[in-house]
Amino acid sequence: MLYELIVFFPLAGAIIAGLFGRYMGKHGAEYLATFFLCVSAVFSLWAFYEVALQHHTETVHLFSFLDSGELQVDWALRIDTLTAVMLVVVTVVSSLVHVYSIGYMEHDEHRPRFFSYLSLFTFAMLALVTSDNFVQMFFGWEGVGLASYLLIGFWYTRPSANAAAIKAFVVNRVGDFGFALGLMAIFFVFRSLDFTTVFEAAGSKAGQTFNFAGYDVDILTTICLLLFMGAMGKSAQFMLHTWLPDAMEGPTPVSALIHAATMVTAGVFLVCRCSPLFELAPTALAFVTIIGATTAFFAATVGLFQNDIKRVIAYSTCSQLGYMFAAAGVSAYQAAMFHLFTHAFFKALLFLGAGAVIHALHDEQDMRKMGALYKIIPWTYILMCVGTLSLTGFPVFFSGFWSKDAIIESTLAAHSTVGTYAFVLLVIAAGMTSFYSWRLIFMTFHGRYKGDNVHDLDHAHDAPTVMWIPLMILAAGAVIAGWPLFANYFGHFITEEHVAFWHGAIAQLPAHNALEAREAIPEWAKFSPTVMMLLGYIIAWYYYIDHPELPAKLAARRGPLYLFLYNKWYFDELYDLIFVRPAKWIGRQLWKLGDGKIIDGIGPDGVAAGVVDWTRQVVKLQSGYVYHYAFAMLLGVVIFVTYFVGGFGQ
Amino acid sequence: MMPILSALTFFPLVGVLLIILMAPKGPHGDTFARQIAGYTTVVTFGIALYAWFVYFDSTKRGFQMVEGFAWLGGTIHYKMGVDGISLPFVLLTAFLMPICIWASAAIETRVKEYMIAFLVLETLMIGVFTSLDILVFYLFFEGGLIPMFLIIGIWGGPRRVYASFKFFLYTLLGSVLMLIAIMAMYVTAGTTDIPTLMAYHFPRDMQLWLFLAFLASFAVKLPMWPVHTWLPDAHVEAPTAGSVILAGILLKMGGYGFLRFSLPMFPDASLYFAPMMFTLSIVAIIYTSLVALAQEDIKKLIAYSSVAHMGFVTMGLFALNRQGVDGAVVQMISHGFISAALFLCVGVIYDRMHTREIKAYGGLVNRMPIYAAVFMVFTLGNVGLPGTTGFVGEFLSLVGVYQVNTWVAIFATTGVILSAAYMLWLYARVMFGKLEKPSLQNIPDMNMREVLFMVPLVAATLFFGFYPAPIFHMTGGAVEQTLAGIKSKLDTAEAAPTPEMAANR
Repeated sequence: MLYELIVFFPLAGAIIAGLFGRYMGKHGAEYLATFFLCVSAVFSLWAFYEVALQHHTETVHLFSFLDSGELQVDWALRIDTLTAVMLVVVTVVSSLVHVYSIGYMEHDEHRPRFFSYLSLFTFAMLALVTSDNFVQMFFGWEGVGLASYLLIGFWYTRPSANAAAIKAFVVNRVGDFGFALGLMAIFFVFRSLDFTTVFEAAGSKAGQTFNFAGYDVDILTTICLLLFMGAMGKSAQFMLHTWLPDAMEGPTPVSALIHAATMVTAGVFLVCRCSPLFELAPTALAFVTIIGATTAFFAATVGLFQNDIKRVIAYSTCSQLGYMFAAAGVSAYQAAMFHLFTHAFFKALLFLGAGAVIHALHDEQDMRKMGALYKIIPWTYILMCVGTLSLTGFPVFFSGFWSKDAIIESTLAAHSTVGTYAFVLLVIAAGMTSFYSWRLIFMTFHGRYKGDNVHDLDHAHDAPTVMWIPLMILAAGAVIAGWPLFANYFGHFITEEHVAFWHGAIAQLPAHNALEAREAIPEWAKFSPTVMMLLGYIIAWYYYIDHPELPAKLAARRGPLYLFLYNKWYFDELYDLIFVRPAKWIGRQLWKLGDGKIIDGIGPDGVAAGVVDWTRQVVKLQSGYVYHYAFAMLLGVVIFVTYFVGGFGQ
Repeated sequence: MMPILSALTFFPLVGVLLIILMAPKGPHGDTFARQIAGYTTVVTFGIALYAWFVYFDSTKRGFQMVEGFAWLGGTIHYKMGVDGISLPFVLLTAFLMPICIWASAAIETRVKEYMIAFLVLETLMIGVFTSLDILVFYLFFEGGLIPMFLIIGIWGGPRRVYASFKFFLYTLLGSVLMLIAIMAMYVTAGTTDIPTLMAYHFPRDMQLWLFLAFLASFAVKLPMWPVHTWLPDAHVEAPTAGSVILAGILLKMGGYGFLRFSLPMFPDASLYFAPMMFTLSIVAIIYTSLVALAQEDIKKLIAYSSVAHMGFVTMGLFALNRQGVDGAVVQMISHGFISAALFLCVGVIYDRMHTREIKAYGGLVNRMPIYAAVFMVFTLGNVGLPGTTGFVGEFLSLVGVYQVNTWVAIFATTGVILSAAYMLWLYARVMFGKLEKPSLQNIPDMNMREVLFMVPLVAATLFFGFYPAPIFHMTGGAVEQTLAGIKSKLDTAEAAPTPEMAANR
């Protein structure tokens, strides 16, 4: 019953707030949805204790979903350690974001709708992480996509928000194209879409080939690559990342919950959940690492020169997701999940902190118009610094250090070409992460205020209590989610005892020991991320504190590299040129030329012209066309009946 | 046994009689006709549900509730019966009719005739799905077009004559060819009884011709590319309830025809022509989705999206396996809910603004939140989001076809991306943004009547989206049996080729 309540409490909140919110008084809907979510979060912590620490895994079957011959799919809740970790991440961050939103959305007249969407999102995400088959996972997968679409376009009077919402959904659908084909391939090969059945049979298919699109290809590699295409869409990886920065059009709590802490990590979860398949598909694993490392590097370069405070953090999210995939690709799934866990806290903290800044400045998001805020909103400043220290991996005290270093070390310890490729890119990206994160802090909180009107700051103040408490809890998480978890107090994400902790939820071939081997890498490699972090800090300090006039000069010169990075490698322009415009153009041509000129011209219109001439000359029927038709039919029937009654057919 | 199917099929005619005999003159007569039509269709739906719950046994193989008597010189029989494949369509028809009657409040001219046309249409449509004699089927199948013509031709928009004429030309060719094929089948098999014909194995060469003749009729009806161009015009000109019936039921007759006649009676030909059917399905999905992207008229856009969705039906059917056929059936039912509801949605704003141009709208959500929510549900259904019936149908037909040909599955899956693009873009242009157009400043939200006829459709789309088991239980046995029949015919054809077939090889 516990697990059903965790999943369905948010759904109940969404339905009640959505349908009856407007009759529930000024705050009824939001209090109810938030309360339901908090209950769900408490139950999730309990479930984490039961499952991850006491090893009581369980699968609850609810009712039948698809029932078509061999294809049998149920709605079910599969609770193992992997699920339990996700339950904690999702419900804890979601309940904190609910609480925060009570303050943040205070002046919005559509609050019931907002909370309904937030809870709906949480439900879909929980359905995703508790699924015990691929179809339910796809349900959750598209469900979170829907909630994301609704929330990005929440302020529907803004054209940019609507465009961003559609973009998010459609780009995700491009990924889901691969995901759906992956599901079809899995059913074709395994005659089932249940995790248990598929994973158990995976071994017998290793190394075998099947025909896909006319080519004989490795079964598991193909399936994994197709599934990973879905993960690339949802987790905004290189080439399918373009929707994530635009998604910042949504309210900031949404960015924190969906586009940082939970939904975008669904792709990482998918790869970890399907580790029994990926382990047997080395080519697919290598591809995962390459895409992950490339994204980590690419997104970090773009993040260097963005001026919108939320977009910087969005590119940072993109980059950190790349880290997680890089780890998963070298079979260090545990490290990926660990980073997913810590990242959820410090990235949600950064977003909500940015929200507090934006809130204080009355919806200003351009960092070039900020500065000197540390005096005005000191608590926000401190909390943002905690988040930044964690993100950049400041040693020992901050969670990001533990999880990120584990990833970087594992890539080198994989002793493979792609592993080394990932190591190099990830270390460089670590330096850039440090640069853009501190640049954000310096531009926002230090220097002098660069807004249009100094009096804007007269009423600026730290966030109200209801927003401040969630920030404190997240900050605590950003600190303690690292070392104590690492050092075995609450769970063994990546230590020697991780096998008992994950309890079979993650599969790993004995030869794929990058995680264990990371202790043995050279000392210089272990220190390199920290060195890069310091270097990034120093450069940021030099440009934005010591010589604050330099960045503007560099930007004014508009060098090609600066423009290339500032314009995000021109991906949006490219896609518009090769996909969006041609699709519209072709659609128009097919309609006007194909349907209009060719099909209708040769078909009905051509014939019609002939028939009209002919009928005019031969018979002058005064009726409408209905009678022509009825007459023709009647004639046919008469002939037919005569034929039978006359006995010719005998 | 009580002739439940005849009662069901002809009950709407009782309403017709009542309207003809008892309706007073003038506006009272109109109200009377509306009420009688409303009650009649509701009772018909009740009879259909009764037949389902009380008489239908999903574990039984073959046709049920069979009744009939000899007709026309002992050669042709009036014979009725249903199985798990036809029953859902009967239920769908009876379900949509009361909604259509209710949604026709904007009709003010010739109300009595309008209601009579709809009631006659209901009898003819149910007859299509219940008749077990191929000639009786033909009469119902073609007869249904006459009231539809009248509905478009009398109560339709400004270009109704052009639309009806286009419809006429397309359908005439198909129906003549089908009639000839039926005659040929009678000459060869000596019967017009559908169950007997399903068991009869026609020679392969003959099957090819028969298949093409039936295809001519069903492809137009469904419609398949490239004989689809009548549909957008017909939809645009038809009154709202006419569009609902056209999209909800009439299109399904094509799919039903494939499943009832083409596949089981001409299995060798179906297998032979499957690649062609796949190609046409893929072209339909991609081509019409792209065309939908370019539309400027809301109704036309939805009409084109109907063609794309029917592409999934033909694709699933000709996969000739359980998932494909199940998917095609669910897709047809789902499309019956979703496209019907989308046309009703267009009707709601058309009744207020008398335009279907996308550009004339924008920002409706500001004044019409209930409408926006309802439209969103069906937009998502049309996009095939899991949790709506749209997903179940699309996904299963894709799973089915993947097992036969991966290329087809790959191409068809792109339709999933395109449908999201054109539907969400439509939604954003109509609903979102600021409410700036002066004409829209006072547009009222859906009234109680409109909400009430949408509720059953929303409920059906979501309920069967999460729990499609009732549909699977109804259809599963019949689909399994049909496929087994096809397989055994194909096996015998392979094992022992008939002399003429051997000679032709």
